[in-house]
Amino acid sequence: MIFVVLRLSIFFLLINSIMPFSPIILWTDALIYLLVVLVAGFIAYVRRHEHLSMPWKRVAHSASGMSALTILLFFLIIGLLDTVHFRPALDHTTDQGKKVYSVEVLSVLDILVTPLRIQMEKTYSAPLATHLYAKDTVELPNGEQARVFTRLEYGGAHLENPEADRIHDIAWRTAKGLAYGIGCWGLLTACLIFILSRRNRQGFIQSCAAIWHRTMEVPWHAILITLLIILLLIGCAMSLATHYHVLGTDKVGQDILYQSLKSIRVALVIGTLTTLIMLPFALLLGITAGYFKGWIDDVIQYTYTTLNSIPSVLLIAAAVLMLQVYIETHPELFETIASRADLRLLFLCIILGITSWTGLCRLLRGEALKLRELEYIQAAHAFGVSHWRIISRHILPNVMHLVLIATVMDFSGLVLAEAVLSYVGVGVDPSMISFGTMINAARMEMAREPIVWWALLAAFGFMFTLVLSANLFADAVQHALDPRTRTLKQRSGLSQHPAKSEKLANITSATLTPPESASRS
Amino acid sequence: MKTLLEIEGLETLLHTGNTPVRAVDGISLQISTGETFALLGESGCGKSMTALSIMRLLPDVGEIVAGHINIDGKDLLRLPESEMRRIRGKRISMIFQEPMLSLNPVLTIAEQIGEVLKQHFNLSYQTAQTRIQELLEQVGIPDAPRRMHEYPFQFSGGMKQRAMIAMALAGEPELLIADEPTTALDVTIQAQVLDLMRQIQQRNRMAILLITHDLGVVAEMAQRVAVMYAGEIVEQAPRNDFFDHPAHPYSQQLFASLPTKQKRNQPLTVIQGNVPSLSQRFSGCRFVDRCNRALARCHDTIPQWHAVSDRHQVRCHLFAQDAATSTQSQQVNTPDVTKNALTRVTAPTVSPLLQVSDLKIYFPIRKGFFKRVAGHVKAVDGVSLQIAAGKTLALVGESGCGKTTIGKSILQLIQPTAGSVRFNQQELVSMKRSQLHQIRSQFQIIFQDPYSSLNPRMRIIEILREGMDALNVDRINHLGIEQLASYNREKEIDALLRRVGLPADVKWRYPHEFSGGQRQRIAIARALAVNPKLLICDEPTSALDVSVQAQILNLLKSLQNNLGLAFLFITHNIAVVEYLADEIAVMYLGRIVERGHIDEVLGSPKHPYTQALLSAVPQIQADADRQFVQLKGDLPSPIAPPQGCHFHPRCPHAMPVCRESYPSASILSATHSTHCFLYQPEPISKNYEYS
Repeated sequence: MIFVVLRLSIFFLLINSIMPFSPIILWTDALIYLLVVLVAGFIAYVRRHEHLSMPWKRVAHSASGMSALTILLFFLIIGLLDTVHFRPALDHTTDQGKKVYSVEVLSVLDILVTPLRIQMEKTYSAPLATHLYAKDTVELPNGEQARVFTRLEYGGAHLENPEADRIHDIAWRTAKGLAYGIGCWGLLTACLIFILSRRNRQGFIQSCAAIWHRTMEVPWHAILITLLIILLLIGCAMSLATHYHVLGTDKVGQDILYQSLKSIRVALVIGTLTTLIMLPFALLLGITAGYFKGWIDDVIQYTYTTLNSIPSVLLIAAAVLMLQVYIETHPELFETIASRADLRLLFLCIILGITSWTGLCRLLRGEALKLRELEYIQAAHAFGVSHWRIISRHILPNVMHLVLIATVMDFSGLVLAEAVLSYVGVGVDPSMISFGTMINAARMEMAREPIVWWALLAAFGFMFTLVLSANLFADAVQHALDPRTRTLKQRSGLSQHPAKSEKLANITSATLTPPESASRS
Repeated sequence: MKTLLEIEGLETLLHTGNTPVRAVDGISLQISTGETFALLGESGCGKSMTALSIMRLLPDVGEIVAGHINIDGKDLLRLPESEMRRIRGKRISMIFQEPMLSLNPVLTIAEQIGEVLKQHFNLSYQTAQTRIQELLEQVGIPDAPRRMHEYPFQFSGGMKQRAMIAMALAGEPELLIADEPTTALDVTIQAQVLDLMRQIQQRNRMAILLITHDLGVVAEMAQRVAVMYAGEIVEQAPRNDFFDHPAHPYSQQLFASLPTKQKRNQPLTVIQGNVPSLSQRFSGCRFVDRCNRALARCHDTIPQWHAVSDRHQVRCHLFAQDAATSTQSQQVNTPDVTKNALTRVTAPTVSPLLQVSDLKIYFPIRKGFFKRVAGHVKAVDGVSLQIAAGKTLALVGESGCGKTTIGKSILQLIQPTAGSVRFNQQELVSMKRSQLHQIRSQFQIIFQDPYSSLNPRMRIIEILREGMDALNVDRINHLGIEQLASYNREKEIDALLRRVGLPADVKWRYPHEFSGGQRQRIAIARALAVNPKLLICDEPTSALDVSVQAQILNLLKSLQNNLGLAFLFITHNIAVVEYLADEIAVMYLGRIVERGHIDEVLGSPKHPYTQALLSAVPQIQADADRQFVQLKGDLPSPIAPPQGCHFHPRCPHAMPVCRESYPSASILSATHSTHCFLYQPEPISKNYEYS
């Protein structure tokens, strides 16, 4: 690990001397990189173990789950692009000949969507509009003043005669965007089918037919349809966004599409980092409480009952306000606004994590209480196996499915919690764009006439898609990993074991292969 | 006798997985009024599915694809659901295996019986209440007017099953389907319930379809027997014909695999393998792979029904006309058993391997906010026993009497409240964890349920290695070569698996891939991995089928002979005790009431409880001078055991003195002693701890 870090820092130093930017790793960025490494490691580990990868392969058989995953992947890509931060170099240098870097911290996403970021209007404009949403006082060439809807600086600026040409232009660009989308999709599909046919050792046409007739185990048809829809939307947005504000602009004239894209990272950070912070508490305390019982259990139970009975919004507000005071009294600690906002985001994650571990902890305690009485744990005791080993080898693997399901389920709840907290005013830094701040800003405009609806709608649409796809995916994961669903399917009705065997039969003892396949004695 | 129920060519499919499971594959049978018809078979043979098909209560995945079920000439399968609801509970009712799960915990008993009455009779509230009371009195629930308004949790297991029977009788059915009605109950309670069913049948002239795997229950209850195997009936006969000369090789092998006293010094016949998967189509006899008398054509021709005698039919090629002559000679042959010399190595009696004296285990009952101790559950209350090396002591008693607690406290999994456990002259109680660690490998445990005793997330090799690693039982560890050690471990694991009769390559698999019997072998291998001298077997066969039980018992016996292991065999199955044990200790409510050599105790039981326990065990051979000792009531709660002798409230010989003090030991012979006032107590009552 240290070696990698060293290599990276040398790499950055090199970049520093040549490239016109200075890389920045914010706190949350570092944690996200760590998370990516952990997830990659986990995937590699699971792939190497047949028994672990089996249930995950079942996730891949769920059509809704895989469609949701496709959408989630796009969100993840946007979030990761937005995580790579740097400060661009300015044109001038200092007296010593050193480069001067901008105080503004940009991300790769910012560069990719530069037009969206820099094309600022004066104030509100509706989606795909050519004129401002409010009348402005302008001076006419003849010296008179008039209140008119002025043309936008960027939106539809290329049009000579906007009233006549706008619809035509939008339609043309949309069609072009759709064509790009279909083109990309065709290319991707061809690549995919090619890979699939190589892997299954069958002809290209055969693979196409297999997908078309839905005979493949993985629901590729659902994935491809989802992909097509996403690519069509992206295509349209890309071809329109260069000359229009696809989702309009907000009060200060910033593009709503840009804000929505930037919000994705914040939502993902809060959803994942909070879980990461919460897990050690929940796992350690939950399992030890259930396993050791006695006074340890009492202490842990009282702790989380107490924590649970304090309104979490109150706790979060107090913590965030304390941090706010600290930040304001120590301005020298923060080079840029971004690093200040980032610290606040991290702190929010921590405080959310500390207040939200109790649910999972209670669940794990119950499960550990049940498991500790099971006979294989008793047998381990009879062998004199140490407590730590019993916890790590017997109990932890048998509660992992619960942990996984609970964390994925929590994710959507936390994304929504951020929006609520920002609305209350104790969420992320006001300078940071998030769904919460977007909703908070749009709230004021709901009362005005004519109504400004697009900001809220955009935040709603993006958040809805993200949370829905996360939920659908979690559903698929839960279904595939929960041994009971499998057991029920296979066992229902075959309930004629004599004596106490059926009653005691462990739910996890699902017979994947019939016992006959096991070797005869 | 009039035929009441007639099933013809019933086929039931279960749509699970890719291929449908043919759970019931073309069975035909007739039940006459007032007759008890037993359907006998191992688990997974389709017995319960037959019952559910008759009631048309199959699970969602189940489907009846062919056949007729006629009751009094009316085809149940053609009735609309609304008609069917008038049949269920009224003409046919059913009792399920698990009384704890078949009663709704939030309704009183009266409400649940009232539901049936409301469905089928138009009774006023008052008459319905009287009828409920009558029904409960009929099934022998004492103080029925009061108890009918209680909830199921206030009833004991036996009472719940009685209440279930009362509910089944509420509609005055012509046919009662009893699906393993006594399997979850203790023998003494089982005897009560079976007796009750017999009485009611005689009184109401009702037919009973009894589904069971227990040959003893069949012998006591049934008039006619059908043996079911892999979805079809393979033999049908009147009871006496069946028990006198079972015809089908499966039935014969089933009998041969029953442990009895006569087979003590020989291994039991085992039926190899498992019931075949029912999702396949059979081209020959279904039993052919496990049959010891299979002919060439058994593999490719499906056997038809052949008559052995007038009412005795069997589905086996051995009884086809042309084969009949050869059959006669073959029948005499005992099944081909590898009789490995089981000569018992009688070790000279030295000091006992395990000596437990005056062991007491009380569980505190805590109440209130500060968890004040409000009382104790006296799970084990002064038990003394000893086991010599290489011997088997059976600990017998009903559930809840503290047998398992003793086993666990010997292993120090439960801290005893008082008393001592000496193993090889070393005191285990109050030993430190690290000290205990060093001798843990000497004694190990095998659990009852093979499904929960193996960690589902560990492979067999990891399961077996765990104990070796934890206890460091490695002879070459001092070499300090990790590589070599791990290589030798694997060799050792291979040898262990072979010793318990499994091939070595199963070590890479997960427990869920094995059947119950195979899992129990793995559990035994795990215990053997650390070379113990004493094995505590906590009902190791009670969750297994008879044929699998025979395999495990053979294995245990051969291990004892070859490795000189001592067993503490905790069980409630007297037949297993007779087969395996050298000595026996009978427990009642936390205390040992009688102990002695196996022949002494089982041959001439002295304590009234032992007598009752032994007489309650269903017997296959009808015994003319066998007398029933019917026990009243249930096992009392160990929270407040009765004053004086614990057994006096249920004892047929209770005397006034029994209510006052607990009897001291009466020595009947050098090895046989009991705690009962009926016998002259030992002059020096101090000798309580002596066995």
